[in-house]
Amino acid sequence: MGIFTVSPSPHEHAGQSVSKLMYGVLLALLPAFLVSVWVFGIGALIITATAMASCMLFEFLIQKYLIKGKTTVADGSALITGALLAFCLPSNLPLWMVILGSLVAIGIGKMSFGGLGNNPFNPALVGRVFLFVSFPVQMTRWPEPLVNRFAYLDATTGATSLGLMKEGMKNGEKIAGILKEIPAYIDLFLGKIGGSTGEVAAVALLIGLVYMLARKIISWHIPVSILLTVAVFTGILWLANPEKNPDPLFHLLSGGLMLGAIFMATDYVTSPMNVRGMWIYGIMIGIITVIIRIFGSYPEGVQFAILIMNAFTPLINRYVKPRRFGEKTGNG
Amino acid sequence: MNPIVLYTILSLSATGIAAALILFFIAQRFRVIEDPRIDEVEDALPAANCGGCGYPGCRNFAEACVKADSLGSLFCPVGGNDTMKRVGEILGMEAEEQDPQVAVVRCSGSYACRPRTNFYDGAASCAVASSLYAGDTGCQYGCLGHGDCVRVCDFDAIHMNPRTGLPEVIDEKCTACGACVDACPKNIIELRRRNKKDRKIFVSCINEEKGGIAKKSCSVACIGCGKCVKVCPYDAITLENFLAYIDPVKCKLCRKCVVECPTDSILEIGFPTRKPRPEEETAKEVPAPSMAGDVKAGGSTTDTGTAADSTAGTGTIDSGTVDTGTVDTGTVDTGSAGGSRDPEPQAGGQTNKEEEN
Amino acid sequence: MRTFPLGGIHPPENKLTAGSGIRQLPVPGQVNIPIYQHIGAPPKIIVERGQEVLVGQLLASGEVFISAGVHSSVSGKVVKIENVTDISGYKRTAVVINVEGDRWMDSIDRSPALVKKIKPDSQEIIQTILKMGIVGMGGATFPTHVKLSLPRGKKAEYLLVNGSECEPYLTSDNVLMMEKADEILCGATITMKALKVKRAIIGIEANKRDAIDHLRECAAKYQGIEVQELKVKYPQGGEKQLIKAVTRREVPSGALPIDVGAVVFNVSTMFAVYEAVQKNKPLFERVVTISGKYLENPGNYLVRIGTPVSALIDAAGGMPENTGKVISGGPMMGKALNSLDVPVIKGTSGVTLLSGEESRRKEMQNCIRCTRCVTVCPMGLEPYLLMALGEKEQFERMEHEKAMDCIECGSCSYICPSSRPLLDYIRLGKSEINKMRRARKK
Repeated sequence: MGIFTVSPSPHEHAGQSVSKLMYGVLLALLPAFLVSVWVFGIGALIITATAMASCMLFEFLIQKYLIKGKTTVADGSALITGALLAFCLPSNLPLWMVILGSLVAIGIGKMSFGGLGNNPFNPALVGRVFLFVSFPVQMTRWPEPLVNRFAYLDATTGATSLGLMKEGMKNGEKIAGILKEIPAYIDLFLGKIGGSTGEVAAVALLIGLVYMLARKIISWHIPVSILLTVAVFTGILWLANPEKNPDPLFHLLSGGLMLGAIFMATDYVTSPMNVRGMWIYGIMIGIITVIIRIFGSYPEGVQFAILIMNAFTPLINRYVKPRRFGEKTGNG
Repeated sequence: MNPIVLYTILSLSATGIAAALILFFIAQRFRVIEDPRIDEVEDALPAANCGGCGYPGCRNFAEACVKADSLGSLFCPVGGNDTMKRVGEILGMEAEEQDPQVAVVRCSGSYACRPRTNFYDGAASCAVASSLYAGDTGCQYGCLGHGDCVRVCDFDAIHMNPRTGLPEVIDEKCTACGACVDACPKNIIELRRRNKKDRKIFVSCINEEKGGIAKKSCSVACIGCGKCVKVCPYDAITLENFLAYIDPVKCKLCRKCVVECPTDSILEIGFPTRKPRPEEETAKEVPAPSMAGDVKAGGSTTDTGTAADSTAGTGTIDSGTVDTGTVDTGTVDTGSAGGSRDPEPQAGGQTNKEEEN
Repeated sequence: MRTFPLGGIHPPENKLTAGSGIRQLPVPGQVNIPIYQHIGAPPKIIVERGQEVLVGQLLASGEVFISAGVHSSVSGKVVKIENVTDISGYKRTAVVINVEGDRWMDSIDRSPALVKKIKPDSQEIIQTILKMGIVGMGGATFPTHVKLSLPRGKKAEYLLVNGSECEPYLTSDNVLMMEKADEILCGATITMKALKVKRAIIGIEANKRDAIDHLRECAAKYQGIEVQELKVKYPQGGEKQLIKAVTRREVPSGALPIDVGAVVFNVSTMFAVYEAVQKNKPLFERVVTISGKYLENPGNYLVRIGTPVSALIDAAGGMPENTGKVISGGPMMGKALNSLDVPVIKGTSGVTLLSGEESRRKEMQNCIRCTRCVTVCPMGLEPYLLMALGEKEQFERMEHEKAMDCIECGSCSYICPSSRPLLDYIRLGKSEINKMRRARKK
């Protein structure tokens, strides 16, 4: 008879693991990926594959040779960073920029803080913002949708709906006029518009959201709080002045809001740890996004809003505590 | 010049000057008058901020020294007598000389000597294991091997030997700050007086069980037979609760007790090699207990008699040649007088039977 | 269906022995009865080596209020009173008796007939329970007479009987409810009289349909007792969760159930109370479930206290080859055993055997801050934070973060995708906080 194993209770485990969760998120990203390939062609394929591969490679190299510790690339988190990074880049971005962005995302955004679980900022967004600030021209030239399936770097470019809206509002044009130049809302929903690789198809992203909710990978609080806040805030502005402000549906469907609300803001490591905190986080992201979109100089504000609220997450975790059992004394 | 540039220079300069003035006045208004000697004393201290003196940080210790009437109860173990002499000079006080000390791990129950009776699968922390149960061997007093002492050392002076499962102190680096002593939930580590050439003689066991029971769990346990007490010419050894203890101050390092001890529980470290006894046994391997349930053990129980690295045969290790960095050479494993450290247990058959429940 | 609001998990139920009736485990040749089987002070031994004892004879008597006596579960000769290794690996005093025959004390009423009329008054009931060594049999082993002696100024409104049995594998309460329903209800009535309450509610999880229906049927004959069906969710059996689900009241942090007018007892304790008051029988045997996926004959046995666990395993068909862990209790809150010579004690509700693969934890990884531990904690705590604080030894902050509210149910460690030993560090923190509190009082 051999010897027994002795450990403190509990002696059972649910069987969940980090890699199962990460690969679940990758599956949820699949519909958006398929739509991006259909809309943007080989460009989307190239930058997504490159970003994912280089993120994996950099994480492996840094863990093995710089930190000289265990390599954890198998858990899939680097793949997600790569995919999300690619999804918020224009699909005609030169390859070396994609690789540089991956290096910054993994090296600075994740590894420099201690690897998975220790980073305060969403690594994909760190990479994205780095590229945006360093290469503003290339990062704001988006390929025309549907016509550039076989063109990569020499794709013809055009404006995005948010870009047109910003231009129009700056020039003081009436909303009705601007909307004529922008594709119909159904096209915005299905993804037949210009924009970053993965952000165009609201429908595909929503399918991903439903999948993640069904598999209990994320909870509904953050995406709902962000989208609800944006809808309400822009709704108020629209009702106040329908000539000058577009309606909430436009805001919800255009730009990187869906991608940000569903996949970026819900990143485990950088979002708050309890429901009350998640509501505060989501509402603030919504408010900051709309402020940048309407009053700021950039057409899109989601990336900055999320990074700003990532900075507040530790503060939220420290002071916003979950509902304790017995908080309300006596009768419930 | 472009008016914007001019306005920028002027406004920034004005802001800078205003800020500097405000900070100056605030610094003057809220200045704390401190005894300047506190700074002097603090400079004389080693700045390790380890807490070994009993104060939270070197600055607090410096304050305590300046405020004290005498330096009798204040001592910095890291800086030692030299530092305290310097502090005494600054403050015009006598610094009492104290014997330098070193941390000593009083357990030799390696994997080979002390068979594991179960496999511990909890968090790798001695505090957690100790609060759960008596441990994964038959001896409830022995080292648990998860390294709480290693984690807490500020001076990189103690490391776990993966082959024996016991911690080993690097004497040169140890400052006797006492952190490991506090961290060990079994109180295995003791601060003992440091001798010339870092020589040590101590009972490497704290088991208070009756001899027969202690021996069953660990082949090098102290069985409380008292032979060492009888043979010590300086009355340095006391026996209580079936456990012998050598007083480090009375001990004159004559080594008579080491020879007498029937279980090789008393260790001598730092002495030159003795001639081997003729009837010496060669170390045999103790088979590792098999894991219940056909699961491959994580490595801890597969250690068989470390005859390879323990000096099979004779030999003490002169601590001067201790490998300080890499743990896997495990050279600090002591060679005892006349017998290998991890021998086939005297009651070998008995121990093996224990495992086969 | 009623349930508790915060947290909870759904481990596989594995109620392999739910249909097996209670079998009698033969009395072993030697029993090893620890004298310290409860919370409180250890009792004083009143027998000597060589003394002949009968079944039900008092071996050790509680000296202070918060203590409990221990009675012999066999008849025979006391061969040793010595320190024997117990479940924790440490040595504790136990009375070792070589069994000779099965002679019971004359005072015990052995007839199986149900005695419904309750003769003693409230105080006498509590005294009897004290004399008979009754402790909480759900596992906590808190002396029952202490719980029944309400502190001055506190009044009880409800008696809650815990029939949830939310631990996987365990079915001892279930089969007791099926076979001894009347006795349990009578025991509850006795307890109601002791507490001077008019209402008792028995909470049972919905996966014990048979017990719910059977008890409801029988409860019609008793005044003031109702059966409440509860949603199957671990840890419904935790007393605070039970109180919340049944009465909708939340016991505040740091307070006791009596502060919301509730007193909670396990169904087995109610049965023991019946036997003590109506049959003059002290606590010396109990129903224990022996279960595990690879056992030949898992079942529920009536076992004498002091029987070694090995006897139970033999009765279940012997130890399977692939056993990696033997647990006293269920897999969520039970204690892993080091040896099979450990005896069954008053708080042992079951013995669970896990295979080698099921026994081993996966390697720990970094916390990915997925919030699952916060979501499942039934007390609304933040286990990831408590573990991080425990690792850094920041025990004051752990106290501030309500670590003492933890009921040690294990839901957090169970659900963690990074296999972090959350509960290990929270428990460490709790014991350090207790030490700090004791030091502060001085």
